Amino acid sequence: MSVLVYLESENNKFKKSSYEALSYGKGLADKMGVQVCGVVINCSDIESLKAYGPDKILKIESQDLSAFSSKKYAHAIANIMKSENAHIVILSSTPDSKYLGAHLSGVTDSSFVSNVVELPESISPFTIKRTCFTNKAFSLTEIISDTKIISIASNSFGVIENSNDSLAEEEIDIKSIDSNQRILNIEKESGSVTIADAEIVVSAGRGLKGPENWEMIETLAETLGAATACSKPVSDMGWRPHSEHVGQTGKPVSSNLYIAIGISGAIQHLAGINSSKVKVVINNDPEAPFFKAADYGVIGDAFEVIPSLIEKLKAR
Amino acid sequence: MNILVCISNVPDTTSKINFVENDSKFDTNGVQFIINPNDEFGLTKAVWLKESNNATVTVLTVGEQSVEATLRKCLAIGADKAIRIDCPANDAYSVAKEIETHCEQVKYDLIICGRESIDYNGGIVPGLIAGFLDYNFVTNCVNLEIEGSKATFSREMSGGTEISECQLPLVIGSQKGLVEESDLIIPNMRGIMMARQKPLDIVPSQGVNAKTRDIKFNKPQAKSEVKLIKADELDKLIDLLENEAKVI
Ligand SMILES: Cc1cc2nc3c(=O)[nH]c(=O)nc-3n(C[C@H](O)[C@H](O)[C@H](O)COP(=O)(O)OP(=O)(O)OC[C@H]3O[C@@H](n4cnc5c(N)ncnc54)[C@H](O)[C@@H]3O)c2cc1C
Ligand SMILES: Nc1ncnc2c1ncn2[C@@H]1O[C@H](COP(=O)(O)O)[C@@H](O)[C@H]1O
Repeated sequence: MSVLVYLESENNKFKKSSYEALSYGKGLADKMGVQVCGVVINCSDIESLKAYGPDKILKIESQDLSAFSSKKYAHAIANIMKSENAHIVILSSTPDSKYLGAHLSGVTDSSFVSNVVELPESISPFTIKRTCFTNKAFSLTEIISDTKIISIASNSFGVIENSNDSLAEEEIDIKSIDSNQRILNIEKESGSVTIADAEIVVSAGRGLKGPENWEMIETLAETLGAATACSKPVSDMGWRPHSEHVGQTGKPVSSNLYIAIGISGAIQHLAGINSSKVKVVINNDPEAPFFKAADYGVIGDAFEVIPSLIEKLKAR
Repeated sequence: MNILVCISNVPDTTSKINFVENDSKFDTNGVQFIINPNDEFGLTKAVWLKESNNATVTVLTVGEQSVEATLRKCLAIGADKAIRIDCPANDAYSVAKEIETHCEQVKYDLIICGRESIDYNGGIVPGLIAGFLDYNFVTNCVNLEIEGSKATFSREMSGGTEISECQLPLVIGSQKGLVEESDLIIPNMRGIMMARQKPLDIVPSQGVNAKTRDIKFNKPQAKSEVKLIKADELDKLIDLLENEAKVI
């Protein structure tokens, strides 16, 4: 019996969200008095995991798994669950990990609970807190089934150091699964930081007046190492790509810092970004509803505030 | 080609979220229910495939009688037929099991779900259906082309778009991008009249047990008052973000 944590990686580096998932797995395993094992597919940076307390790393090196495939990965992890007699799998909530988690629960005929924000309140019965109604509420959910697949909301638990130097490593052989699903091409976006992985998101709305004014938004994002995002009408009008649309019907944001510029703060927008830790609102209308949801606010014209803010940040 | 669109009946996006019965149940009082927005993109795509690929489109909801108004709206948008599996939607697992059972009786080439529902936001049901049936699966789907028995599709991933192909059957999790907002079909009078003639079958449930249960809901604590910073004192903002919030 152990808690498995799937550790997503890209280009031989673990995602930061994987360290958070591992921290969570360690916390859960301690609470249950069992071991925590990391599952690693094609990544050799095992050293970097030590700080977060895994007992064992199960390593898969496989040409067949060189590109992410939810089906192949799900079957690989399902096999490890069997051989390790593991009933709990923890994943992060990146797009790939959520995709995989749902598929894995189908393959293993078990339940998947996503958007989890805390360690279980109790282990027996197994009750866990998750967000629902697009961050407008929390649910304390009991997971009845023995096998549990759990994905944790980004930045909800945090990365917690818990060093373990006596880390065991084991190479796992998996037999491949046939799939007629084949990747033809991957088009990478030019922006360097993605919304899903970003610590900081700089987001702008209709208050910016037109697509030609986004240069200062991009510069601000670049200065902060942030991802750029936008409100729904901005992507609907084609000012920005729809991959930047955040909110209830767009991408969810749960960054550490969310900066909203010229966005009014409609309920559908707030729903999708509410789980971000700290919110800064810049708007020239003191009545904008967004100020009610903000931690810090600047009442002012974005066209004056943003260039000045960039200048001051650069001078730091 | 036979297409199934799984429809989740969700509170309108502007709904105030409240709970009753000692915070154990969602308060539906005064709440307007709509087609889950992610499902509506998928339904629109399905209606397009009727013309381009000579498809038949069935919409299905697992739920109680109150969901029928939403199913009728789907028929008015252009689905050919609706099915309601008659039981409360207790959790993602039991919903997906009911849908699996139906899909073993009626074969579909393409099963369209939403990426996630905006009420429970699980993003679970499509993955479960695909896993149960051992069908191909893609979520966050932003493009889909069907030619004969081959599907070519794109999914939004972190930092880009991945384009893949596979043989049908396929389960997708749809979202905006599969069709655009401006493509959504607003039912006209003729559509609404025709919807009345279209079949809405009620199918008994298999009585699957749920694997999860909501015990208690609560709402996030009210935020403390916003700290306002003057537009000409941005140094103060930077200082607060650096030293108080510790986020930059
Ligand atoms: C079913 C449904 C789903 C939806 N889903 C989403 C969603 O997922 N995400 C989303 O964002 N929206 C969503 N919406 C839309 C939402 O209701 C709002 O219409 C939208 O968020 C408004 O976008 P905005 O704030 O950019 O524009 P506006 O509401 O027009 O606000 C612009 C703001 O800019 C400010 N401003 C103007 N000039 C300046 C200036 N010079 N400097 C500073 N500030 C300035 C104004 O004071 C105003 O507050 C949805 C709506 C529906 C019906
Ligand atoms: N009760 C239901 N009946 C039919 N389809 C559903 C139901 N609940 C969810 N779905 C489908 O599964 C998708 C994802 O839902 P969820 O897993 O709840 O986020 C939805 O967008 C629907 O397509």
